[in-house]
Amino acid sequence: MHIVVCLKQVLDPELPPRYFKIDPETNRPEDGGSDMVMDSYAENALETAIQLRDHLGDSKVTALCLGNDLSEVVLRRALAFTADQAVRVWEDDWEDQELDGQVVGHILAQTIKKLGDVDMVLTGYQASDIEEGLVGPVIAEELKIPCITLVSNLSVINNTVTAIIDGEDGIEKIEVPTPAVFTVLSSETNVPRLPKVKDIRLSRNKSIEEYEADDLDLDPQRCQPAVTLEHVYVPNRDVACEVVPGEDGAELADGLARRLAELKVL
Amino acid sequence: MTKVLIFAEHLGTGLNASAREAIFFGRSLADAMGGELATVLLGPGSEVAAKEAIACGASQAFTFGDPVIKEYHVETYLHAICVADEQYNADIVVLPFNRKGKDLIGRLATRLCAAAITEVIDFKVEENNPRWVRPIYGDKAYGVYTANRQKVVVGIRPKSQEQAVANQDLTGTIIPLNEKIPEDIVVARLVEKIEASLSGVRLEDARIIVSGGRGLGGTEGFEDVKALADVLGGAVGATRAACDAGWVASSLQVGQTGAVVAPDLYIAVCISGASQHLSGITNAKTVVAINNDSEAPIFKRANLGVVADYKTVLPALINELKKKLGITI
Repeated sequence: MHIVVCLKQVLDPELPPRYFKIDPETNRPEDGGSDMVMDSYAENALETAIQLRDHLGDSKVTALCLGNDLSEVVLRRALAFTADQAVRVWEDDWEDQELDGQVVGHILAQTIKKLGDVDMVLTGYQASDIEEGLVGPVIAEELKIPCITLVSNLSVINNTVTAIIDGEDGIEKIEVPTPAVFTVLSSETNVPRLPKVKDIRLSRNKSIEEYEADDLDLDPQRCQPAVTLEHVYVPNRDVACEVVPGEDGAELADGLARRLAELKVL
Repeated sequence: MTKVLIFAEHLGTGLNASAREAIFFGRSLADAMGGELATVLLGPGSEVAAKEAIACGASQAFTFGDPVIKEYHVETYLHAICVADEQYNADIVVLPFNRKGKDLIGRLATRLCAAAITEVIDFKVEENNPRWVRPIYGDKAYGVYTANRQKVVVGIRPKSQEQAVANQDLTGTIIPLNEKIPEDIVVARLVEKIEASLSGVRLEDARIIVSGGRGLGGTEGFEDVKALADVLGGAVGATRAACDAGWVASSLQVGQTGAVVAPDLYIAVCISGASQHLSGITNAKTVVAINNDSEAPIFKRANLGVVADYKTVLPALINELKKKLGITI
């Protein structure tokens, strides 16, 4: 089983709102000294892929990232998670473009085609920066294979994948044949591991395969950004919080219950 | 003239809430652009819903009665929406970015060679060009987007719109589409529904929600949260951290990833207020925060705050509310 997991690098989402600023020149957030990190759902997808490989045996995990050389950190981390192969796809011309989810989906789909013999593609369900939630479904449509979204757990028997997903009215169990795309959520079974020191050391010396636009069968039209971010603003949504006075639990509870009744929200 | 096509979900007996939101959005958009509005309705009961869609402001309603689409499958839905669009040739296709929308929008846009914009909460029309407003960076900022393709598929964030109201005086045409939908395009099969809900009230529909976060420290803390929700007749929610820790089922998650809710009253117990969580309660009317850290970001969103250990407050609050609400258990 060949599992490809698509990884994205994002501004640390834990950056507190008070430090969050947008650079009006670029419409991109200033990093404010905080780190670029692997998107957390992508990390859940990576953990899912590694567990699946170890469980199945005779399988491999390829970590795939679209990004400039700064995103090598993300691939090194994937190698430290014991991914078997790391692939970075980038073209210098892309630096000045805002590659939206549809363009990224197209490029990743073509890269996956190039890798060949891929059985499962895992992505995070929605990255914590632009939050489009498009890349997984777009890859699936480009490759003309099924896409199962909001997956919390995966298992495989005889090329049939069983996925546990967040369905419309609760948790559902879905069966789908490979190849297929899965967009992964966090769950108690895919908490990202702490890589072993030995694996971190080994990851430093592993090579990262690099692809450029010319290596891929890209459609120039589909590489044109589908949307343009014209303008970004930071809204002020602070609410004046009325702090309920009181010395102990009983007083506070009494004060809160009274205010709730006065506000007629009960 | 700008043509707007709405994918409107229905329950077999009429439109559901997200469809009425989508129609409200589409109607405002068509009005602002001097355009027209059509809807597409799938599966048995489409006719009834189509009449309602027309009363809500659609001038045309495409219906698919093919029994193949009785159950939801992403492939048949995609196929049917594409057939309707072939007939109508919309400039803008609107879907709710709800559970089905998350499956459909990326694929639909790719298939229609359209631009896709998700999580849209508002639009502005300038020189007859729509600009789409959506939150980005965990709701820390808003982005204003334009589409660079002729056609655009817009996914609107649940609970971000008002609901369209039916006016029986409005008229329109129902257009049944009789094309057979190939059954063999369905590949994924639902094998089991594993329901999981702490209380009987559905989160998205709840008028009152009591949610717990990481600060509760474990499943025991959630007992108090559940007790408070029971007294108030509300639903139980949780943060991503609490769900990931396995303290409660992931279906209880409130936030960008989980349920987007808009209750009258939202009580956040031991929730710090990460933006991922807050983006799920943007439209909650009254927010109450109970947290012992007065610096927690939740207090910037809360209308009422109690700075204290939840263990000292919740049992007393439950008793107090029982008295107020006349519950004698």
